[in-house]
Amino acid sequence: MAARENILSRIRAANASLQTGDGAQSTASRLAGHPRGPLPTMGWDPLQRFIDCSIAAASTLDRVDKREGVPVAVARYLSENGLPMRGVCWPEFADLDWSGAGLEMQARSANGDDKVGVTGSFCALAETGTLLLLSGEQQHATTSLLPETHVAVVSKKRVVVCMEDAWDLLRKEVGHLPRQVNFVSGPSRTADIEMTLVYGAHGPFRVHIIITDE
Amino acid sequence: MEITSARFKKVASQKLADPKVQAALANAKGRFVVARARAIKDLDNFEEIRQAAADVRDHCLANLDQYLEEWERKATAAGTIVHWVESAAEMTRVVLEIARSNEVRKVIKSKSMLGEETGMNEYLERGGIDVRETDLGEYIIQQANEHPSHIIAPATHKSKDDIADLFAQKHQRPRLDDITKLTHEAREILRPHFLDADMGITGANFLVAETGSTMIVTNEGNGRMTTTMPRVHVAISSIEKCIPTLEDVSLIMRLLARSATGQSISNYISMTTGPRRQGDSDGPEQFHVIIVDIGRTRVLGSDLRPALRCIRCGACMNHCPVYQNIGGHAYGWVYPGPIGSVLTPAYVGLEKALDLPNAATMCNQCGVACPVKIPLPDLMRKLREKQTQLKLSPASQRAGMGAWAWLASRPFLYGLATKVAVRLGKLAGGKESMLHRLPFAGREWTRGRDLPAPRGRTFREIYAARKKN
Ligand code: SF4
Repeated sequence: MAARENILSRIRAANASLQTGDGAQSTASRLAGHPRGPLPTMGWDPLQRFIDCSIAAASTLDRVDKREGVPVAVARYLSENGLPMRGVCWPEFADLDWSGAGLEMQARSANGDDKVGVTGSFCALAETGTLLLLSGEQQHATTSLLPETHVAVVSKKRVVVCMEDAWDLLRKEVGHLPRQVNFVSGPSRTADIEMTLVYGAHGPFRVHIIITDE
Repeated sequence: MEITSARFKKVASQKLADPKVQAALANAKGRFVVARARAIKDLDNFEEIRQAAADVRDHCLANLDQYLEEWERKATAAGTIVHWVESAAEMTRVVLEIARSNEVRKVIKSKSMLGEETGMNEYLERGGIDVRETDLGEYIIQQANEHPSHIIAPATHKSKDDIADLFAQKHQRPRLDDITKLTHEAREILRPHFLDADMGITGANFLVAETGSTMIVTNEGNGRMTTTMPRVHVAISSIEKCIPTLEDVSLIMRLLARSATGQSISNYISMTTGPRRQGDSDGPEQFHVIIVDIGRTRVLGSDLRPALRCIRCGACMNHCPVYQNIGGHAYGWVYPGPIGSVLTPAYVGLEKALDLPNAATMCNQCGVACPVKIPLPDLMRKLREKQTQLKLSPASQRAGMGAWAWLASRPFLYGLATKVAVRLGKLAGGKESMLHRLPFAGREWTRGRDLPAPRGRTFREIYAARKKN
């Protein structure tokens, strides 16, 4: 523990000599009040902005009335793109009629062999076309990561304006952070070779978002 | 990492004469600049956000002890094992100990500049551990046994053909000549390692005090893999990465990707708080975070302090005319470009990196682009002053500057001397009005360029004449 004390006391010494410390009061109030910084003007319609930015982030989108319509929409997307008609989904979708839509869907976490992963989302950010996924017992992190195709279901009501709104929602509904909070904006990509953009670096090649209107 | 900054001039000349490097630089040139310029237009109050981000970073630094303690409290409560280390040697030793005590044979690694600073990969490999870089650029240079030349595009100095040759040789597969295919081959080769590695090592873009989280930002998804698949996760972070709240994350995220690649947000932002929870189906069983000083507290107490605000976006190098022409390797250590010209002398010692603060035209493109308003030219100027004070700059240069200072503080003599010099210059310029060779220390300057000759009168003479009329 000597290193810890040494480092902290060097920080204090450096800051004392410059007389910059704002004091415990201000750090405590900042932590408790977590004030927002300046926001850009966000005069757009959140749902439309979410759709536009998702497309800009190279995601594709579809809309269905109710969550019961999800399997048919997933089947349509997979068959149109010549993708395998089977995969894994989060347990929250286990009750849907997948086989009726011609799909073989297992409600378990993904392994390296699964080609399609269907997840829900905690909420979505309009500002950047971003999905927010929380890890948890029923929210397998691997489902949105290992398969080549990630299908995410988002309710229209869960589209918030910006990341700051997502934090507020998280504080209100969950109260603490799960092991991992992941913000996902479109398929995995890289431009590390001659600055040429390629999708499907290590994560999914495709992200397909299904917005439910309920 | 070995420090070769002392050979700056020599390596810079080599890079200027190397057609491959020049072709790679020409390909990259301006692209990041254009992308950033377009991306910041999306924020109608960009300057206000930039100022707020600079203020938040300053506020963190001013209260760093308290935020680090708060971060530690929250992280520990979530089950994170926190280590504090002062030196590079200590850090690599702790990482190896964690690996050994967990019988780790294979490590997958997500990009970390701190890992480069400390030579961690080499250390672990000497300890018998198989370390795989997973960011595509880092993977390429690890295979080629080279060092990164850019903080966000590490293999930007390599051409597609270089990489095609490299992959064909290392992967023992037919040579590919398509960038998409090369990228997907690397994906295929690395995938099994993600699935069977015992330990993942990442850096941290930020530590969030409010929640005790570490945060990483990637486009490829390798960061998510590294923090999710192996049974042990180690994150290494230097102390200045601490920021207060989740709202501060949001503020800085509006700037980071825009300044770096011109994206409005990075593809993946992953915030990790502790190891796998009870009932979780994935995530590591152990999560260690190593908090590292390595020179940061020294900089905190120096006049280079603003450099600690850096959020590692790379904008300063993308906008630097010197970097654009010589690339990153000449800088000789982990951080190239303007921020490297400040951090390298600050962390490894000015005497080992004498040329770096001088490798700038003082055009301030970097200062204007920096999302946290680090006054990079001012900091380089401070280092130049220190060189002179410590008599580290060449004797001829110091003598020249001394003579000039002596003369400049004697107005009458100065006027006389400049009058003579200007007239001699005109004469020497001849019909072309160009000087091809300056005498004394000026010879270096005219080796690569011409100086337009003076036209006959000094500014003071013209000014005096105008005043009379
Ligand atoms: S100094 Fe500024 S511009 Fe350069 S990498 Fe750091 S934050 Fe980016």
